[in-house]
Amino acid sequence: MATGTEHPPPETGPATAATARKGRGGVHGPARATIAAGHLRTDRWWLAPAATAAGLLAFVVYSTWRAFANADYYAAPYVSPFYSPCLAENCVPMKGGPNWEIFGSWWGLSPALLILVFPLGFRLTCYYYRKAYYRGFWASPPACAVAEPHGTYTGETRFPLILQNAHRYFFYAALPVAGILTYDTVLTFRDASYAWGHMGLGTLVFLVNIGLIWAYTLSCHSCRHIVGGRLKHFSRHPVRYRLWGWVGRLNARHMQLAWASLFSVALADFYVYLLAVGAFDDPRFF
Amino acid sequence: MTGYDASFRVWRGDPDGGALKDFTVEVNEGEVVLDIIHRLQATQAPDLAVRWNCKAGKCGSCSAEINGRPRLMCMTRMSVFSREEVVTVTPLRAFPVVRDLVTDVSFNYEKAREVPSFVPPPGVAPDEYRMQQIDVERSQEFRKCIECFLCQDTCHVVRDHEENKTAFAGPRFLMRIAELDMHPLDAAEESGLDRKRTAQEDHGLGYCNITKCCTEVCPEQIRITDNALIPLKERAVDRKYDPLVWLGDKITRRRS
Amino acid sequence: MTQAERQQWDVVVVGAGGAGLRAAIEARERGARTAVICKSLFGKAHTVMAEGGIAASMGNANAGDNWQVHFRDTMRGGKFLNQWRMAELHAREAPDRVWELETWGALFDRTKDGRISQRNFGGHEYPRLAHVGDRTGLELIRTLQQKIVSLQQEDFRDCGDYEARLKVFQECTVTRVLKDDEGRVGGTFCYERESGRFFVLEAPAVVLATGGIGKSFKVTSNSWEYTGDGHALALLAGARLVNMEFVQFHPTGMVWPPSVKGILVTESVRGDGGVLRNSDGERFMFDYVPDVFKDKYAESEEEGDRWYEDPDNNRRPPELLPRDEVARAINSEVKAGRGSPHGGVFLDVSTRMPAETIRRRLPSMYHQFKELADVDITAEPMEVGPTCHYVMGGVAVESDTAEAIGVPGLFAAGEVAGGMHGSNRLGGNSLSDLLVFGRRAGLYAARYASGPAARTPVPDAQVRAAAAEALRPFSGADAGGRAENPYTLHQELQQTMNDLVGIIRREEEMRQALRKLAELRLRARGAGVEGHRQFNPGWHLALDLRNMLLVSECVARAALERTESRGGHTREDRPAMERAWRRVNLLCRIADPDSDEGQIALERTTTEPIRSDLLSLFDKEELVKYLAEEELYE
Repeated sequence: MATGTEHPPPETGPATAATARKGRGGVHGPARATIAAGHLRTDRWWLAPAATAAGLLAFVVYSTWRAFANADYYAAPYVSPFYSPCLAENCVPMKGGPNWEIFGSWWGLSPALLILVFPLGFRLTCYYYRKAYYRGFWASPPACAVAEPHGTYTGETRFPLILQNAHRYFFYAALPVAGILTYDTVLTFRDASYAWGHMGLGTLVFLVNIGLIWAYTLSCHSCRHIVGGRLKHFSRHPVRYRLWGWVGRLNARHMQLAWASLFSVALADFYVYLLAVGAFDDPRFF
Repeated sequence: MTGYDASFRVWRGDPDGGALKDFTVEVNEGEVVLDIIHRLQATQAPDLAVRWNCKAGKCGSCSAEINGRPRLMCMTRMSVFSREEVVTVTPLRAFPVVRDLVTDVSFNYEKAREVPSFVPPPGVAPDEYRMQQIDVERSQEFRKCIECFLCQDTCHVVRDHEENKTAFAGPRFLMRIAELDMHPLDAAEESGLDRKRTAQEDHGLGYCNITKCCTEVCPEQIRITDNALIPLKERAVDRKYDPLVWLGDKITRRRS
Repeated sequence: MTQAERQQWDVVVVGAGGAGLRAAIEARERGARTAVICKSLFGKAHTVMAEGGIAASMGNANAGDNWQVHFRDTMRGGKFLNQWRMAELHAREAPDRVWELETWGALFDRTKDGRISQRNFGGHEYPRLAHVGDRTGLELIRTLQQKIVSLQQEDFRDCGDYEARLKVFQECTVTRVLKDDEGRVGGTFCYERESGRFFVLEAPAVVLATGGIGKSFKVTSNSWEYTGDGHALALLAGARLVNMEFVQFHPTGMVWPPSVKGILVTESVRGDGGVLRNSDGERFMFDYVPDVFKDKYAESEEEGDRWYEDPDNNRRPPELLPRDEVARAINSEVKAGRGSPHGGVFLDVSTRMPAETIRRRLPSMYHQFKELADVDITAEPMEVGPTCHYVMGGVAVESDTAEAIGVPGLFAAGEVAGGMHGSNRLGGNSLSDLLVFGRRAGLYAARYASGPAARTPVPDAQVRAAAAEALRPFSGADAGGRAENPYTLHQELQQTMNDLVGIIRREEEMRQALRKLAELRLRARGAGVEGHRQFNPGWHLALDLRNMLLVSECVARAALERTESRGGHTREDRPAMERAWRRVNLLCRIADPDSDEGQIALERTTTEPIRSDLLSLFDKEELVKYLAEEELYE
């Protein structure tokens, strides 16, 4: 019965179409709907990754300059968070401050490099920053449902990106660093001649910064896992369950905290820099 | 508001090829994209293929890409577009197309079969299951999934790299593994199945680079990345990359 | 035409909702090679729409609950028209069916002591509904789906093939149940929606689990799949449909915008304090309390409002009357010209509770209205009206085995089966019905298939006839000129059923409906479609029209015949419930082809008397209201 309703046998048609489009993968693969455009988004999808890339780039440029400068990082009683703790002999002596000369005199470069490895590693392996730079710098993907330019993709399955799994060690390392920055913040309740019980605008800057640093650190996904997420039965660990809940609430704002603390740490450093070069005097409250 | 004529571009075709076709179609107040597609069927293109079912955002059948974004057609209101805007509707672009807006989603059903099922605790009678609400809540969030496969569609791991489809289960099914691993009575471990380890080794968890597109498209607002994928990655780290946890487990296991 | 491929199975299950999947699991576990065939993708069935919960007397929330109480509630809800044996089995077995789901991975909400939490619902004496928030149906479907996958994984381990003993044919439609020369079931004639390819599944046992018929009505909470396929397949295979006049209209469906008209607004909106108002701002439900309920419902707004806080010393507000009463009241207000702008009434919570409370207690309703209607229910009232929700009627089956009476090898479970719910279904009883009778259908189908029933191949002539029938819509278009558009026919059918056989029925309107249905039936023969068979929705609809027309005629004929009002059947011209009608079941069957009455013939049967130990669960005073004189003194 010739009804004209049977579909033609599948061997003929698709094969030619497939060969014609061979060599292009992903959304242009032979079996997918034939649409020439890599994406059909009409919104400004490029804005978010562009802004992310610009923000991160600005920080990288600024922090590289400051980290290699090896100067203007101490203006009593404030020490720049980039240089704390200061682990080499070439550090500026800071009264009561974080001078631990573990590395002795052979270290000739900026002491910032010794300590910045830890916060850098923490942020580099952070689940939020990973998203941000994968999207912003590597366009993998540039935005959701926008075709990425790479021919192959293996994600975090092999070296070097498999090292991202070390995030929790950087989290462990970030805890003492945050502790030391807290200590530095306590030291800011002195005046320039190291008398206690004083406060200036810098103290406020440091307080805000350390608050954000702690919030960012504790809102970490690894932290959320360690305090409770790894449990199978919350009901048997009520204290850890409560902690997990708190960390979870912070964790929901991990992105905002990541940016806020990035900005505040740069601001704290810049504030110290301005004082150190004598751009202005720290306004004292009491 | 009264009705108006909207410009639509709908992809029509099959595996042999196809193209975006222009339509001018009436739109009335309160309608969603699926209504417009139905109007096209009833008035201009009776053989326009589209998959749909409940039309209330509960079954996850009418997944498509609207102006390039993976969405449910029944939950996309026409009022989010201006009257002048051309609305482009295409099939999901991560899966083979069948016809018009219908794609072959069998990839997802194959992946579903590869995830080992719930292992009931031995020796517990059916009416003796006892679980606390706080212990089931995490898995309950994942069980809200309506299997619209928008997350599978938007995930660049398979969307942009067909060759990864063998190795990578996709967000929906990695979330399923997380759901089972967090199930308070799942006895997989006792039966010799380590879901944390196999998530990484057999289901391609490492391919995920947590760019959160799955969470962005989820019509059920499940926080797939933060609550399922990242916790699962951390659990895989426990098993495979954390000597401290490994040592701790060794010691406590020896003691008990 | 290419030869339709034939495959051999032991049991074929038509439909992959709760009942179908449960039947398939049971049949496979009993050793039968089982095929499941469904119109949608696997896991998308209409069961996902169920919100409230699964009724089962586990007694977790109130230890006083047991199967006898559940049975009593079910019989009262159905106004004693239920097949009592089904209601008994249902009440007895529901708890086991729920517990079993947990062993397959379901995660219900919990009580404090870790058991399954149970919630209150209309008509249930105790908190009885096992639930997961307001997505219980989804949990049910997903659990059954995952159980099927786990069985397939077992088969894969055993023999390297996932589908060796249990296969799901998704996006396929069955157009005929085929029979062998002896009149026994021999299989199903099916086509793939994707390709239009025909195939035959040969099996001695076929389980129908296709759900309901709501798509014959214009305003419905049902999905497109609900075209009465199973009802029609059973009729065409020689089975009877029982109680088809009983169609449940839910009082509160959305009425605006048109695209979402019919979508359910959950009963909990009223349970939590929502009130119904007409366009004059009046709480009209106070005018609609029937005499039998007068002493159980509040007489003033003040008293009704106090009930929410203090239910022991006040009577409940009349907004919480049974579904049929509220639906009728809304209908009357709209007809009297006191409706809302879009033909409903106002359901208001915004003036009753702070916005924050509304968002917390009714999250899904808040989102549903926000996203679909652009209405902020914390600031303005909703517009609601009755919507076609469920059909109590269905295939007449043996209570214990779910086997269709008169057709050996045919089984039916779930909404497509009739009798269980009598004239009105209680909320929560549908999900338990799916599980209890889905399992029974699977069990007895597997037993039947392994029994002595000989497997003779389906005669070729039947397959050819089924294929020709399925292809007819294409030649409709070829004839040129006046091919009917199936979409137009469908719209006219929906309008007819909605207006003439809807919530309130009158003799003359039903006669008019039957005339219109006869006309539509003739026109449907000329329905034509364009294009080819590959995923062609116009063609699919043209084929579904046959089923909707058959089922609609059943509803209209039975409704015309039953000259009383009971549960889901309200006759304006016969407003009282008649005890004499309690024992009467109306059975629909296919009429003789040469009869000019229509395609459906009606038969009356008298039901079997209720077993005495079950009758003794009720007070005599109560039975007097329902049972006919002679039943009481038997």
